[in-house]
Parts: sequence; structure tokens; C-alpha cells
Amino acid sequence: MKEVELNTTTINFGPQHPAAHGVLRLVVELEGEVVQRAEPHIGLLHRGTEKLIEYKTYLQAVPYFDRLDYVSPMCQEHAFALATENLLGINVPERAKYIRVIFAEITRILNHLLNIPAYAADIGAVTPFLWCFEEREKLLEFHEAVSGARFHAAYFRPGGVHQDMPEGMEEKLFEHFKTLPKFIDDLESLLTNNRILRQRSVDIGIISKSEAIEWGCSGPVLRSTGVAWDLRRSQPYDAYDQVDFEVPVGKKGDCFDRYLVRIEEMRQSISIINQCLNKIKPGPISIEDNKITPPKRNQMKKSMEALIHHFKLFTEGYRVPAGQVYSAVEAPKGEFGVYLVSDGSSKPYRCKIRAPGFAHLQTLDHLSKGHLMADIAAILGSLDIVFGEIDR
Amino acid sequence: MIKILTKIDGINNVLENNNLLEVQFEKNNIIKIFNELKDNTELNFNQLLDITAVDYPSREFRFDMIYILQSLTKNKKIILKAFIKENENIESITNIYKSADWYERECYDLFGIEFINHPDLRRIMTDYNFEGYPLRKDFPLTGHTEVRYDDLEKKVIYEPVKLTQEFRNFDSESPWEGMENKLFGDEKSTGKN
Repeated sequence: MKEVELNTTTINFGPQHPAAHGVLRLVVELEGEVVQRAEPHIGLLHRGTEKLIEYKTYLQAVPYFDRLDYVSPMCQEHAFALATENLLGINVPERAKYIRVIFAEITRILNHLLNIPAYAADIGAVTPFLWCFEEREKLLEFHEAVSGARFHAAYFRPGGVHQDMPEGMEEKLFEHFKTLPKFIDDLESLLTNNRILRQRSVDIGIISKSEAIEWGCSGPVLRSTGVAWDLRRSQPYDAYDQVDFEVPVGKKGDCFDRYLVRIEEMRQSISIINQCLNKIKPGPISIEDNKITPPKRNQMKKSMEALIHHFKLFTEGYRVPAGQVYSAVEAPKGEFGVYLVSDGSSKPYRCKIRAPGFAHLQTLDHLSKGHLMADIAAILGSLDIVFGEIDR
Repeated sequence: MIKILTKIDGINNVLENNNLLEVQFEKNNIIKIFNELKDNTELNFNQLLDITAVDYPSREFRFDMIYILQSLTKNKKIILKAFIKENENIESITNIYKSADWYERECYDLFGIEFINHPDLRRIMTDYNFEGYPLRKDFPLTGHTEVRYDDLEKKVIYEPVKLTQEFRNFDSESPWEGMENKLFGDEKSTGKN
């Protein structure tokens, strides 16, 4: 038998590596410095969210969604709230719809304000990271103002939102989003025409239209290939059919296009928020059915019935009619879906979470083949990987 | 679209609500059905969104296999459901949708459902050398093993789970609503009197 000499080196990347964006273990097979095969080992952050939700009431399940993709918490609550509402057959009030859209878009900006500088940091630029974190902090204050928490908001609940925006919030938001476009321009002046950024991202990790669809890509990854597919546009939920916005698309589907799509999405988000602020009117923020949403605190002091409702809601919870549903939202990373099965009790029988990052990470082997080892960091960054949602 | 779906061999119970199609299919025809769904220009379900299962331990056909597809051209989503028994396999659809690879691995990992002709059917979510299938209803929420760092052995060790308090699952359903409308002594009366 002839002896064959293998010239490949296998190295272990992660699970603790700053460019892995969390706990990703990659087994990379290299020939020289060229990647032959990159095999992700995931599951290091697996917390059994789906199993835990089966043991919780529908309301208790909401906070788990904040902890999936911890960079864009509210968008995920949104998917769960929509799925539950769909099974319950309820329709939330107009004001709640607008508040949800406003905060879903703030979350989108928050997500992109983390992804873009983290991506830039992976390929050599540190300043944007510091700039964006300052800006994120200002936006997180709005999260805190409505929900009391910067990240784990538990704000979008089945039936509406938890509480109304504090007084004067609309003006504050309006003022803030006057200044944000200037910040995005400044950010772009650091990055878009930067020679290093372009060298590291143009023509790196190209995915074609048909491949992106085939691999189940969605969100900016799919749009960067030129497919104008946005669930906010094609299957509008809440108040997205009331606002006017553009769906940015790329041409080549490389890392640079994905970066550009995200920058433009932030601008569109600002426009959506401004339109919502113009259209939003005072009114109820959740459905007025105490079988599903809790009664007001001061009512509970006077009304026996309100007290009973409150007690029943927070012990047993509400029962959801038996059935199955799949609800998806356009989360900042792509299509985030919740497949919910109810058996008629107050706890979900099965809750499957469809995370966009799971499908995106699966393409990594395909995207990085033939690139240099250093490009893996760029590709990972441009796919916007967060392990909370991939490992669940 | 519903008409075309009902014509496909092995698909039955076509339902539509809120832009979401729901169908049941025969698991033996899976390859043919998915090829048809993908290639038929009238349907064109070109994206696989998710594969999962639902466990009903008391049923003869224990698992519901759930496939969620999306058509980007027709702007439709479809949920496909098939019933399989505990030790039955199902054909892998990785040759039709590339993204099925990890979804099937996940389903194998968490439910123990095997996919025939899958290129690389390994566990994906759980720990290396994990035993059991966590999303089955008979798998306890607390799991079987726990890990800790042992200072004497200088390594991470696996032990059976020790709970300081027994796991409690409160049944808070109202006794009034759960009660059958029957009182003690009712069985004696014939209902006539």
C-alpha cells in the first residue's frame, strides 16, 4: 500500500476566543493557511430553554426569550407574544402595536450597533466599538424607561405590552432620533471607505442568491445577496403595514454587503420610529380582558374580582385553546420563529424556537472554504452570530 | 394552492388559516412529496425553515414530525406533519434541502429520532457523551447528571443529580373547573325518584 502524506493541519478554534462571539468550538482543517474544512461544534451554551418553557405558564415563558439572543431581546418576545395571541385569537390595541414596532426597531438599531463595531473589531478597528457602546447606552435607557430593565425587558407580553411609555417619552424619542442619523454618518466615515475594512471584507464569504435560500438564510444575510425579502414587508405584523420603509439589498452577498445592509437598515429603522411617533395616539396598551392581562394595581385594592383575576393569572395563568401555530418576526438577525403547540392547558405543550443564527452558522463551512484562516473571523462577524439563540 | 396540494399523493387534511397552510403527509412518501413541494412551480417552497418533533408518549404513533417550509416567491408558509412510532425511522431530506442537515441532527439529539441516509447524524446540542433524549416528555426537567469541578482530582466530574429539595410541579388548575359534575352518593340514585 502506498503511503499518502497529508499536508493538512487540524486546529481547534475556541471555545473561548474573542472572535468566536461566544462559545463556539471550531475544528478547522488547514492546508498552509487555507481553510479546507471548518466544522462548528455548538451547544456549549445549551440551556434547554424549550424544555423549561414546557414547565412554565405562557407568561412565565416570556423572560426566556430575552435570554436567547441577548443582543436583541424585545424582537424575540415579539415572536412569542404574536404566537400566543394567534392561538388565543386576540387582537392587541392600536397603541400597543405602535409601541411594539417602536421598540422592535430600537432593538434592531441596538443589535446592529453591536454587530457592526464587533465585526469591525474582529478585522482591526477598535474605535467604532467604543463609539457605538456609548450610543447603545443611550438607547438602552429607553428600554429601561419602559420596562425597568436594560436588557431582560419582558416588555412585550401576550395581549399587549406590560405598561405604557412614561409621560414625555415620545418627545424624548423624537429628539433622540434627530441626532442618531448624524452618528451613523460619523460611524460610516470611520468604516465604509476604510481601506483595511474593504480589503478584509469585499469578496470575502460570498454566498449566492440560490445558496442563501437553500441554506435557510434570512435577514441581512439573505438580503445582501439581492433578495428583497423582509417579513416586515411581505407578511406584516402589528403596525408594520402602517409604515413606509425601504428594504435595502446588496449585490454580491459578501461580508461588505452584509455590513452595508445593516448600516442602511438602521437608517430605515429611524424612519419607521419617526413615522410611528407621528401616528401613535393615546389609548389602551393591552387588551382589556382580565382573563389574559392583569388588572390595574389600584383596582385590586377595591375590587374582589380584580384580586381573584390577579391571583389566578400569576398562579395558574390563562388557558390557551388547543392547536398549533408558527409565528415569525423579522428579528435583526433574520427570521425568528416560534412554533407553539398548545394542549388546552395553561402551559405550552411544545415550544420550538427557530433561530436565524442556527441556519447561518450552518453555512460557515461552505462560506469559509478556500479562504484564509483570518477570514473566518470576518465571516463569523458578518453572519451576526450570538450563541444564546443558536444553542437555546 | 390548496387544490394543488390535495392532488399530491400522500398529502391529506389540507387546512389554511392566517396565510399559514397546515397539512399531514405519509412518512413513506416524504422524498417524493418534498421534491414536489420544492420543484412544482405553482408551489415553489424553496426554503426549509425548521424541522422539529412533538412527543406524545401515550399515543401509538408517539412523535409528530413537523416540517416548516416557506415559499419566497408565493409568500406562503406551510407546516407539514407526519406521525411516527417510537422506534421508527424517517428518510432524511438533506438531499433536497441542504439546511436540513443541522435541523435533523438537532431532532435526533433531542428526541432520538433517526434519519435514514443522513450524511453525519451526530449529537449537536447536548454535551459530548450525553445519554438520553432531553425533549422527550419522560426525560426529567432536572436531567440525570450534573457537573462540578473537583478540587482533589483537579478536573470536572459528572455525578448523578442531587436535589436538596424535591422538584415540585404545582398543579394550580382550579378544582372547580376540573371537577366532574358528580357528588358522592349520586351513584345510588337512578335519576328517577
